[in-house]
Amino acid sequence: MKKLIHGRQKQLNRSFTVTFLLFLLLALFGVFMALPLIYTINNAFKPLDELFLFPPRFFVQNPTVDNFYDLVYLLGNSWVPFSRYLANTIVIALLGTAGHVILASAAAYPLAKYKFPGSKTLSTIIVLSLMFSPHVTSIPNYMIISKLGWIDTHKAIIIPAWAFPLGLFLMRQFMEQIPSALLEAAKMDGASEYRIFWQIVMPNVKPAWLTLIIMRFPSLWGSDGGSFIYSENLKTLNYALGQITQGGIARAGAGAAIGLVLMIVPITMFIISQSNVIQTMANTGIKD
Amino acid sequence: MRAESIRNRPFSPARLEKNFRWSDFRREVYKNRHYYILMAPFMVIFFVFTVLPVIASLGISFTYFNILEKPRFIGWQNYSRLFLNDDVFLTAIRNTLYFAVITGPVSYIACFLFAWVINELPPKIRAFMTLVFYAPSISGNVYFIWQIIFSGDKYGFINSLLMKLGIILEPIQWLKDQRYVLSVIIIVQLWMSLGTSFLAFIAGLQNLDRTYIEAAAVDGVKNRWQELWYIVLPSMRPQLLFGAVMQITNSLAVADISVALAGFPSVNYAAHTIVTHLMDYGTIRFEMGYASAIATVLFIIMLGTNILTQKLLRKIGG
Repeated sequence: MKKLIHGRQKQLNRSFTVTFLLFLLLALFGVFMALPLIYTINNAFKPLDELFLFPPRFFVQNPTVDNFYDLVYLLGNSWVPFSRYLANTIVIALLGTAGHVILASAAAYPLAKYKFPGSKTLSTIIVLSLMFSPHVTSIPNYMIISKLGWIDTHKAIIIPAWAFPLGLFLMRQFMEQIPSALLEAAKMDGASEYRIFWQIVMPNVKPAWLTLIIMRFPSLWGSDGGSFIYSENLKTLNYALGQITQGGIARAGAGAAIGLVLMIVPITMFIISQSNVIQTMANTGIKD
Repeated sequence: MRAESIRNRPFSPARLEKNFRWSDFRREVYKNRHYYILMAPFMVIFFVFTVLPVIASLGISFTYFNILEKPRFIGWQNYSRLFLNDDVFLTAIRNTLYFAVITGPVSYIACFLFAWVINELPPKIRAFMTLVFYAPSISGNVYFIWQIIFSGDKYGFINSLLMKLGIILEPIQWLKDQRYVLSVIIIVQLWMSLGTSFLAFIAGLQNLDRTYIEAAAVDGVKNRWQELWYIVLPSMRPQLLFGAVMQITNSLAVADISVALAGFPSVNYAAHTIVTHLMDYGTIRFEMGYASAIATVLFIIMLGTNILTQKLLRKIGG
């Protein structure tokens, strides 16, 4: 057994006991991580009597999709139709993510490959801005957005999302790997900087796009409009869903269905793009 | 004439150098104009919504400002009130630091430890385990499921489990009892904390040069702990520094989970943090000057902790 493990891992100096203990630890915590998610999935398919069973059962006995019907019914009867909330959310998430990927890449390319007056300062500012959370700037942000007249428009959420510093940082680290010779060759052939960026750099950093999408899309998808959106017909899905869960016990079924709806989109996206994301992350890091 | 122009140059070296630099700078900027144009859209938005607010927040923190009236300069009053007269803020700082001191290091070490163990698995299982550990941090508002798990009535999963096992006789108000609420939030926070840095660590480990480890084994590295300390950690320093920034910032910004689970305000402010205090004054009481002072204190704590940690981490492995 010991020999087998050593042979398979092609590594030296592994003690079987420690390996076993580490994997046991991993398995235990894996269960801790996964259980709430499995519970969410199970709850979504539980009929009402199972949701209020004592003692509660972890796994669903008679799965049903009633909760989803309830959810659609509830949202269909609300003042603003469900499709409107969904459309608002999709607009915010798509425009916000697409703009972010393009603008962050455009800004990352010069910072990654060239030195010019100000490039070092800008890089430092970007790294510093990773060191505090957006909460710090929430109050002046609100005032700026209201000065710009963006309150109660989707712009208030979409445009600030374009300049998310983590995206620029990851993109810059990834672009540093592009061989400079490739860019030089394109320049020799007379390509403009913009063409080089769009036709050479961008196709080469596809894994990094996916990472930026994975970082930005879920948070925009889960946006509830915050303190910026007040009109009911501009509100987002997450807001509508929040209203339903606050409806109390009778809505427990629809609430459980919501949990699944909100969770499934980002997780599916991550499953699809996992290997690309890992490839980008390999280049993260703050260099000495 | 020729002689004159030659004479002119070396005789005013200072001015010459200044002129030289300035024109050089202008030439550099002009040569690189395309790069500035490429960066402009992002940088403009970034400055308007990140850099400017930091400066504005600092400025507003020295004023009395309620949005309706013009801000009035009051010097250090907001800060003195914050530290001398606001007991709730002191509670908030204590809670925030308590959260950060526990969740920061624990989640950082957990991110690395799990990434390190997962990395030894075969690729298919590795991808699956990565998903399992990473999923909570991207599942949006799914942490509300913990509200059901820790629900204060007997239908709550934990309560019913403990009652069935006979450990407790009546349900515990996990989220409404100040003895438990902090711990519950820490558990949920840790559950959600294997995010960006975890992925960065996994990726860093996968790209580690295997030959180093083999060479080290030949050179007498005896076990995996030595391998970890002498080979793995030093070669992952960039990712470790990045991960530290992510974990520290997140652990100091606890708010959403606290509000969702413990309510706002939480019972006897037991789960009140700097960010919820900021939300209280910023979005409910509209004391913007005071809220900005809170934001500035938070900013200094975050930046200070991060920079200090960066300095410490650079020492790893020599």
